[in-house]
Amino acid sequence: MTRTTSRPLAGTGRLVRLALRRDRIILPVWIASIAAIAWMVIGSYEATVGGEAERMSTAAFAAGNPMARMFDGPAAGYDLGAMVMVESYQVLAILAALMTAQAVVRHTRQDEETGRAELLGSAVVGRHARLTAALVVALGANVALGATITAVLAGTGYTGAGALISGVSVAGLGWVFAGLAGIGAQVFSTARGANAAVGVGLGVAFLVRAVGDLLGDVAANGVAVVSAWPSWLSPLGWGQQMRPYYEDNWWITGLFLALTAVLVAVAVALAARRDVGPGMVPARTGPRCAAPTLLHSLGLAWRLQRGIFVTWLVGLVTMGAALGPMGESAEELISENAQMYELLERLSPGAGVVDLYFAFSMAIFGIAAAGYTVQALLRMRAEEVSGRLEPVLATATGRRRWLAGHVLIAAAGTAVILALTGVASGLTYGAAAGDWSVMGDPLTGALVQLPATFALGAFVLALFGLLPRLSGPLAWASLALALVVGQLGSLLDLPQWVLDVSPFTHVPLVPADPFEATPVLWLTAVALALGAVGFAAFRRRDLAIGA
Amino acid sequence: MEHVIQVEGLVKTFGSTRALDGLDLTVEPGEVHGFLGPNGSGKSTTIRVLLGLLRKDAGHARLLGGDPWRDAVALHRRLAYVPGDVNLWPNLSGGEAIDLLGSLRGSLDRVRRDELVERFQLDPTKKCSAYSKGNRQKVAIIAGMASDVELFLLDEPTSGLDPLMETVFQDVVREITAGGGTVLLSSHILAEAEALCDTVSIIRAGRIVESGSLTALRHLTRTTLHVTTTEPLDGLDTTPGVFDVRISDGGHTARFEVAADQLDAVIKHIGEHGVVALTSAPPTLEELFLRHYGDELATLAGNGNGNGTSNGTADDGAARTRGGRRRHADAGAAR
Repeated sequence: MTRTTSRPLAGTGRLVRLALRRDRIILPVWIASIAAIAWMVIGSYEATVGGEAERMSTAAFAAGNPMARMFDGPAAGYDLGAMVMVESYQVLAILAALMTAQAVVRHTRQDEETGRAELLGSAVVGRHARLTAALVVALGANVALGATITAVLAGTGYTGAGALISGVSVAGLGWVFAGLAGIGAQVFSTARGANAAVGVGLGVAFLVRAVGDLLGDVAANGVAVVSAWPSWLSPLGWGQQMRPYYEDNWWITGLFLALTAVLVAVAVALAARRDVGPGMVPARTGPRCAAPTLLHSLGLAWRLQRGIFVTWLVGLVTMGAALGPMGESAEELISENAQMYELLERLSPGAGVVDLYFAFSMAIFGIAAAGYTVQALLRMRAEEVSGRLEPVLATATGRRRWLAGHVLIAAAGTAVILALTGVASGLTYGAAAGDWSVMGDPLTGALVQLPATFALGAFVLALFGLLPRLSGPLAWASLALALVVGQLGSLLDLPQWVLDVSPFTHVPLVPADPFEATPVLWLTAVALALGAVGFAAFRRRDLAIGA
Repeated sequence: MEHVIQVEGLVKTFGSTRALDGLDLTVEPGEVHGFLGPNGSGKSTTIRVLLGLLRKDAGHARLLGGDPWRDAVALHRRLAYVPGDVNLWPNLSGGEAIDLLGSLRGSLDRVRRDELVERFQLDPTKKCSAYSKGNRQKVAIIAGMASDVELFLLDEPTSGLDPLMETVFQDVVREITAGGGTVLLSSHILAEAEALCDTVSIIRAGRIVESGSLTALRHLTRTTLHVTTTEPLDGLDTTPGVFDVRISDGGHTARFEVAADQLDAVIKHIGEHGVVALTSAPPTLEELFLRHYGDELATLAGNGNGNGTSNGTADDGAARTRGGRRRHADAGAAR
């Protein structure tokens, strides 16, 4: 009996069952959604590029086009299965990483934050049982996801090793991020901090492989890219280098397994060295009295929001600065390729290559900045659910004033992030190309996204007022929909009304196309209307009472 | 003068649960009004309706002459709220949280604030995430009590405080009422309410079952007498208004309870037997309370009965407790 106390994994099995019980809806929904995206990409690809000649030219375009290299990844031949995976891999893998990281954090750091872990720790539960159980569930979920993707591919006629490799390539990134989230959960004292660390990790992984693929060469066959060395530094790059239905690089599975093992070992070592409760970063003491800047509801909102804001600002401005100089490479690559130049001319007549480059990259930053908007607005829901809002609204602070403080910071924060990202891109492009004449282009391309991010934010605000319980999941789902529509919309051949649901569909492709006032005014009007609904609904509803 | 709080027929439902079921509550200026009931009886829901955080479904509620929902902001300038389970911003220090809540209300007495920090022995430089439950509670108490307002809504304010701090809290409440403030003190700690309250309301399942001044309520219950006499006491069992008699020492010592309206007759009866010693204990708030919750306790005690019999040493105490509880149950049923 006494031996139970020294067994570090005691109780793991029960905790795994508990985690599965808690996640019995969310994980299957994640897995089914990700698999559904793969299935839709297959269907649309078959419909649009049927003939071999068509596929060859599409693959050749993807191999030569710097934008496709950066945002999709390295082209890998003209087999349909290979093309489907090149097109969809990043979306599938990034979603898998988010699913995994959230699951790990939910069952580790979030439990410690809420005090549930303490209660569990007092039962017959070993020191490493909680982390182990979370990892077992997360790694297992990725096995299930990989198997589902393999089944979807095999079931639609893409059989053979490629189907299996495709599943492994997506699950592999999920495994790596399970390990990373495990470390984040030890280092940071809040679930938010741990999740943010994972987000930064994903951004870095994307950026590193984007550089590697951009600097790579077109293979001798003309329909594939040989990536440069930076792609091999990113686990997101590894998944793409597995090249299902083209090279079927089995051995890369070993890289995923090895990195996952190292990350898990680090997480376990960290867990063994710390107490339950605090993170590794020790709590500091604070001021005895509050500064005058804190003493109103806007001051409090800023204090609560500034961490989120600074994280996103640094992340997106860094990416903007990193993407700027690539505009020059894009220009060089395309000017050497007459056929591609013609294609781009058709896509947006009269637009310069650099203009197109900035228009496309700023469209991506628009959706990324909306991620900040959503997270900042959902902070309000967190305040409400945790019970911290209750004592505030019991003071002379009205609901409208409290809401206005957070909304103002989320809106202004989004504007600042987009503007500085655009400026950073313009500056680094100018420095790299020695051409300062287009300095303002990325800035206008970024700012024109603002009404669309506001419309999405206002939708979240309306959810917060009308359906507070569902506001979190629905807000993230709407952002994911905007991402899928923006990245895969034209490819998936989605009906126009589905495309129209995403506010980003309506943003003019500035600076490649001229600015159009009508859609921007419509987006602004929708944002104002939804925002008004949110304010009115929040004023009329019961407050959720914490704990 | 106008009532500070006036609630009539208040109803609040959450889905199929009827949290408040026609609640009436009146609090007069300058009093400490105890709002008593166990967990889940509707105390916090009532206070949250009074704060305009929840919307009432039916009934009437006035607070400081205003409508708690419509006039929330204006009313909140005139009241302070101390929740029973407070969650604070983990990245703010305790001092910052106190100043913030105070200034959001609009009236924080700096001198009083520093004095209370001192008296409650709170370290205001610690981050809220590092505070224990009791220390978080101190932050809420100081932020509420250091404000110069007319009404204090205290919802189980001392949960998590140690007995020493509990005494400090009681002193602070007395200072407030001495200064003319009105207090609604929700609690399930009866000793605390007994020490502080002028009037009490007992809530059960969303309704007030008993309300009045503590003195008046005591008249409704029984006094416990402990007597030693030179001659054996007889006829006690059959005397009207006498309950739960325990005779020992060959009839020379007796312990029993007397209904308030029969006290005079009973004392006369005892007087005929040569009283050597007599102590009387007034009814406690606990007894008042148990009259309304006696049936629940009887059920609980009944369940405990089977478990207790196997244990010989504990049985004596258990039997006495059970006897005591049953007695109240009977009284409750008789009413």
